[in-house]
Amino acid sequence: MSDPKVPVLSVRDLAVAFHTGSGEFDAVKSISFDLHRGETLAILGESGSGKSVSSSAIMGILDSPPGFIRGGTAYLDGENLFEMSQTARRNLMGDKIAMIFQDTLAHLNPVYSIGWQISECFKVHRGFSTKEAWGRAVDLLEKVQMPNAATRAHDYPHQFSGGQRQRIMIAMALALEPEILIADEPTTALDVTVQAQILNLLIALRNESNMGLILITHDLGVAAEIADRLIVMNQGEIVEQGLVHEVFAKPKHPYTQRLMNAIPGRGPYRDLVVSDEIAKPILEVRDLTKHYAVSSGLFSNSTNSIVKACDGVSFDLHKGETLGIVGESGSGKTTVANMLLKLVEPNSGTATLDGEDIFSVTKDRLLLLRRRFQAVFQDPFASLNPTMNVFDIISEPWRIHKDVMAKDRYRQRVLELLDAVGMVADHIDRYPHEFSGGQRQRIAIARALALQPEIIICDEAVSALDVSIQAQIIKLLGELRDEFGLSYLFIAHDLPVVRELSDRVIVMKAGNIVEQGTVQQIFEAPKNPYTIDLLAANPIPDPAQMMARRTARGIGI
Amino acid sequence: MHKYLTKRAIHSFLSLAGLLVLVFFLARLTGDPGNLYLPIDATLEARQEFTKKHGFDDPIYVQFGRYVSDLAQGNLGDSLRKQRPALDVVMEAIPVTLSLAAVAMLVALFGSIIVGSLAAYRPGGVFDRISSISSLAGASAPDFWVAITAILIFSVTLQWLPTSGMGGPLSWIMPIAILIIRPFGLLVQVVRGSMLTVLSSAYVKTARAKGVKESAVIFIHALRNAMLPVITVAGDQAAGIANGAVIVETIFGWPGVGKLMIDSIIQRDFAVVQTSILVTAIVILSINIVVDITYAILDPRIRHK
Repeated sequence: MSDPKVPVLSVRDLAVAFHTGSGEFDAVKSISFDLHRGETLAILGESGSGKSVSSSAIMGILDSPPGFIRGGTAYLDGENLFEMSQTARRNLMGDKIAMIFQDTLAHLNPVYSIGWQISECFKVHRGFSTKEAWGRAVDLLEKVQMPNAATRAHDYPHQFSGGQRQRIMIAMALALEPEILIADEPTTALDVTVQAQILNLLIALRNESNMGLILITHDLGVAAEIADRLIVMNQGEIVEQGLVHEVFAKPKHPYTQRLMNAIPGRGPYRDLVVSDEIAKPILEVRDLTKHYAVSSGLFSNSTNSIVKACDGVSFDLHKGETLGIVGESGSGKTTVANMLLKLVEPNSGTATLDGEDIFSVTKDRLLLLRRRFQAVFQDPFASLNPTMNVFDIISEPWRIHKDVMAKDRYRQRVLELLDAVGMVADHIDRYPHEFSGGQRQRIAIARALALQPEIIICDEAVSALDVSIQAQIIKLLGELRDEFGLSYLFIAHDLPVVRELSDRVIVMKAGNIVEQGTVQQIFEAPKNPYTIDLLAANPIPDPAQMMARRTARGIGI
Repeated sequence: MHKYLTKRAIHSFLSLAGLLVLVFFLARLTGDPGNLYLPIDATLEARQEFTKKHGFDDPIYVQFGRYVSDLAQGNLGDSLRKQRPALDVVMEAIPVTLSLAAVAMLVALFGSIIVGSLAAYRPGGVFDRISSISSLAGASAPDFWVAITAILIFSVTLQWLPTSGMGGPLSWIMPIAILIIRPFGLLVQVVRGSMLTVLSSAYVKTARAKGVKESAVIFIHALRNAMLPVITVAGDQAAGIANGAVIVETIFGWPGVGKLMIDSIIQRDFAVVQTSILVTAIVILSINIVVDITYAILDPRIRHK
């Protein structure tokens, strides 16, 4: 083994640019850093910070064209990656330096078995026979704790869950015991409990093999929990770097400070006093149930089974209240939203809005009731029609509910709504593609407000946004609630966000409510074991709490 | 698999039944066969005897009922023109068309996979431009004109290839070449487009990050994924050719089913028209089933759905 003081990877003045329609765009502007063996280096940044581009360039998988390395060096074991021949470079890739990605379903080849995909590493770099390579692939799957590894090696990527697929990617990346593993948002798409398992696995494997781990993330909590050193990137530049507990305890750069301040879920708990006036709930949901029959496959004769997406869910929503619904994927939280929005027909149950059940009223009556509850969805890129401009998008509800607003007042009202969500008059004639994710979500909120609803169902409404944008949208939602007396059904998988905004919280698992209570009860004194697990798995970007958990993981500071 | 094939067979049977009804009545709109098969000065008695003999004097629904009941017993009727079972006539022509179609499709498919993949590897490169322009030209050229021009050049002027007829290997060259021009041009474009998408996919990135050689990236990781849309189009094109390479068979005088269909329609040989359409329809439905099965073999996601 070589000198531990000498970095395994040494990047100097790396600059990456992209050819665009309007000239060259500098995605990474001269960054330098070192990575040592056995070290976890987190590269933290928001979208567009250049964190993924720089790692793609080091890995040699930059989209080129249009991307190109403008300058700089990257020395791996004393050799400059950017100057070696294509063949020499390819021999290093997958062998000395490996990478795992966020979207595992897209990054695994859908038409080959996972055993084949893992064993390919041994065939390409070590010239193993098919049988020998397959044996090693199964060993690796066992190492990443894949149950029934020998059988499951024959399965295809789509037959695994997200967490299992990330284990497969890790097995594949670590097949040849690389010196460097680059993990690009490895847990971003995963549920918190699964995220905790994957992070633990990564740390255990790093400790075992003494490799250098680069963790690219937007999540301050994840960085705080497992990184040794931290690099903060903004707009292609490194704005701050240092030991992780130092940076968290005392961020120096204004950008880092802003980022830290944007972390949700640290303020005082909201405590809504349910006065007599609002004691009667505006929405009463009783025994809401949705079962799906899973039909047998095109080529199989397997018997049908039933998935209980939502199994007798009941709750009340009061005026001015925010009811958070948390749960992991498959918990049924989105099914609840879809049924209330009448996008999915429930098997049974009622949802009573002022004495009328929205599932049994006539069509005409429903149209009137619908004005009173609106929705904001997760993906602001998909939920706005790209062929409509902002004016059309926000005024569309009035074209459907014709008696709400006179046509000549549309423009004035759209301008007022834009103002309410923090947009300017100039934006009114523009199209969705001209806006950032945060701006689009503001437009979606303005659209939801157009009919002056009493209830807004927010389904993961801030999940796709960067942390600083997320903080702005949460603040906006809070202000609008207090100003207009709105009630929110706030569905999210992200606990700190729920804690920030909610008065009461419902915890769902496998179609059932496992616990509900005020936000303080749930976060301070959870009773159900599942809730306790969920809270424990959630990474906390707080220096003090971080220390205790790192010790538990065996990382130290 | 079993369940799927049963379902597919039922669907196929229903569409065949619909097709047969349509063809039976449409064929009879072409006119009275007696006008074609009897001398122009045939007596009224002779005409009546002809119609009676072939049952054309019955009301059309009675004729249809008889056709259906004969069909149920496996009797497809006799050819008016050739005075023997229509099925025999059709079964002689089918192998000619099928072998023509099979050779043409294999050449077009393999050629287009290689050309399309190489074109997609460097989009906008010299190879891509040449292949795009020539495949576009091929796909837009009227095949009857190309066929006649080819005969003029290669058979009449240069005297390298026979003008027509089915015989030795040389006689296959021109018909196959003309037959594949259009499918080849189309398939090159489909392969190219599909390959471009797949080559920019995330799993290709993963393969590169693993240090897989470029040739293996293209022909192992990317190609199998890129083949899915190609197979759909190829199946469609194969069906088109099997449906009677009418123009090519007519120009080159090949005794295939396309030529047979045209001849029988012109001659109001109803039984042969019906039988050849029935048989080609079965061929086309089989091609579709083969396409579906190939899909399932290539893509495990379809197998498990």
